[in-house]
Amino acid sequence: MITTVYRNVISLSLLMFFCSFSGVISNASASEVGDWFYDQYETELYGFVEARQGWRLQDDPFEKDESISEARFQLNLSKEFSWGIGKFKGDLVGDRVMDEVRGELRELFISLSPFDFMDMKIGRQIQTWGTGDLLFINDLFPKDWESFFTGRDDEYLKAPSDSIRASFFSDHANVDLSYSPVFNGSTYIDGSRLSYWNGVRIAGSDSLFNDHERNRFFRDDEIAVRIWKTINGIELAVYGYDGFWQTPEGLNRETGMGIYPRLRSAGASLRSSLLGGIGNIEAGYYDSHQDDAGDDPFIRNSEARFLAGYERELAADLTAGIQYYLEWMSDYSEYESSLPPGAVRKDEKRHLITLRLTRLMMNQNLRLSLFGYFSPSDEDLYLRPKLHYKISDSWAVDAGGNIFIGEDNHTFFSQFENNSNAYAGLRCSY
Amino acid sequence: MKRSILLSGLFILCILWKAVPAAEELPNVKDIVDRANRVAYYAGDDGKAKVSMTITDSQGRVRTREFVILRKDVSDGGEQNFYVYFNKPSDVRKMVFMVHKKIEGDDDRWLYLPALDLVKRIAASDKRTSFVGSHFLYEDVSGRSIHEDEHTLIGTDEKYYILNNIPKDPSTVEFSSYKIWIDRKSFMPMKAEYRDRDGKAYRIVEALEVEDVQGHPTVVKSRVKDIINGGETVSIFDDVTYDIGLGDIFTERYLRRAPKEARK
Repeated sequence: MITTVYRNVISLSLLMFFCSFSGVISNASASEVGDWFYDQYETELYGFVEARQGWRLQDDPFEKDESISEARFQLNLSKEFSWGIGKFKGDLVGDRVMDEVRGELRELFISLSPFDFMDMKIGRQIQTWGTGDLLFINDLFPKDWESFFTGRDDEYLKAPSDSIRASFFSDHANVDLSYSPVFNGSTYIDGSRLSYWNGVRIAGSDSLFNDHERNRFFRDDEIAVRIWKTINGIELAVYGYDGFWQTPEGLNRETGMGIYPRLRSAGASLRSSLLGGIGNIEAGYYDSHQDDAGDDPFIRNSEARFLAGYERELAADLTAGIQYYLEWMSDYSEYESSLPPGAVRKDEKRHLITLRLTRLMMNQNLRLSLFGYFSPSDEDLYLRPKLHYKISDSWAVDAGGNIFIGEDNHTFFSQFENNSNAYAGLRCSY
Repeated sequence: MKRSILLSGLFILCILWKAVPAAEELPNVKDIVDRANRVAYYAGDDGKAKVSMTITDSQGRVRTREFVILRKDVSDGGEQNFYVYFNKPSDVRKMVFMVHKKIEGDDDRWLYLPALDLVKRIAASDKRTSFVGSHFLYEDVSGRSIHEDEHTLIGTDEKYYILNNIPKDPSTVEFSSYKIWIDRKSFMPMKAEYRDRDGKAYRIVEALEVEDVQGHPTVVKSRVKDIINGGETVSIFDDVTYDIGLGDIFTERYLRRAPKEARK
């Protein structure tokens, strides 16, 4: 306990030191660092230093009490050249939960426009498309669910991918093509930091889930495409993807390790203003074609996914959003009849409803938000309350929780019940 | 005859008018309002400004915002597009806010969050909420439709036409009326005073400095004051330029990749 306090004091002191050192204690000087750097090197420099600490709200027999405990330094460098833009974004993280110091390269790309009708981005980058709010159907780019569930800033939900992205624009339609020579994949819950349902029981650091990596260049590759057009404020898009499930949705019978089965998907979305708010619908079909018939119990079946959402302002600085989301398994009878004895049977349809409430106060410096997922079919719930306050132009604090509640041990959110946590962070941007 | 005005011009204002035809002796209200709207919001076919906002809250705490704003008219006096590219503070750096302003119906608004590569569509039903935490409102930025108020000329002095404006649908706004002072020579709205339901003035928007830029009178410094609670926001417009030949940058393509006009 003493050590914990001691270490926290050290992290906090380090944070203060960094900030003071960079001269960012006052607002005026915060911006000066970047301005000075730009004047010297014609390169934009900015980022933040932050400390983040969170605890489980209950005991977890397999994990530490601390759900997150880290100091993070982020550096952004961006330079314009005659041919385009080069960008670097990297984090240096001191992580006490994993007991390590690590670097995370989040972006390293060049961006250029070889033709009037074409943009390219080559290298490590964050990619996002689709219309869901914290729900993803046709966005098969990497996510980081560990970050999401432990209270890191929202930006960390999106994990980088190493891709070549080419976008073509015309009056008829626009096309985005994203090619990754080797599979990227999402950071899933493997027991190292958060406990999970391992198919038999709740497990954690005692039983880490391992997977067979997809790492063969040009063979384990991914391609994603989006064709889109905006007509009179109505955003239309169709999508395609050929690659793999982003999380190990299959099991190698011999090794007992996870595998990333092949996946193809096709889908479409529409987003438009509607009755004073924003409405969106999106659908997609996930073709899990390594198990065409749906009778291999060790590979997730194909499924259809659908979502519909609506968001609007209820009053000044108060916004509400609601979404309905469905996962509908194909070949359900094959799935049922192939299920090994004793295995937990999933429902054919998983229904999910999300609700978002965001309230801005104190000249928008205070943001109170609640995002909730509720599944009537799984009978589980995941709540994300959050408070974010900008103390000044440089300093911000946030505090929030990740609360999992459910009936059964095996359902999507319920399995994380022992990971319910509360956290707080302090960030200094420069 | 009454029609409405947009006073809001004070903010973005920066951008506007074509040479004003010789003013008649006593133009009617509709003409004044139309002219002021064009002067305040429609200078040139397009425009650019670097904006520094200093927000002082009721307790004297100061925040700053720096952004580049690009504007292009779809039609003079009609629809327009706005592109706002944030430079400071650094937690919003490279964020983009884009508006397709409609004359009938709600505007279309988007926000681009670069850290997530996320193009977010924003519900735009309430235009009278704060713009980026300042005392300026969204409607001050993109303009209040002149058709939303009844306008009455209540006075004329040596310098100004003074108009009173009453919303046609009071349920959609927080004010019961506002008075506006329009410069008789330039037709620039110079001051607006908003009154609450008790008829008490609570908010003043003013053009503090107006300069001639490429033949267009242009507000280069403006201020919104909260008279009741204290607090104000001052905006300074630097490097104002008109008719820069902006292409069609008001699309998702340029949310993800800011056009050179918006970058340093």
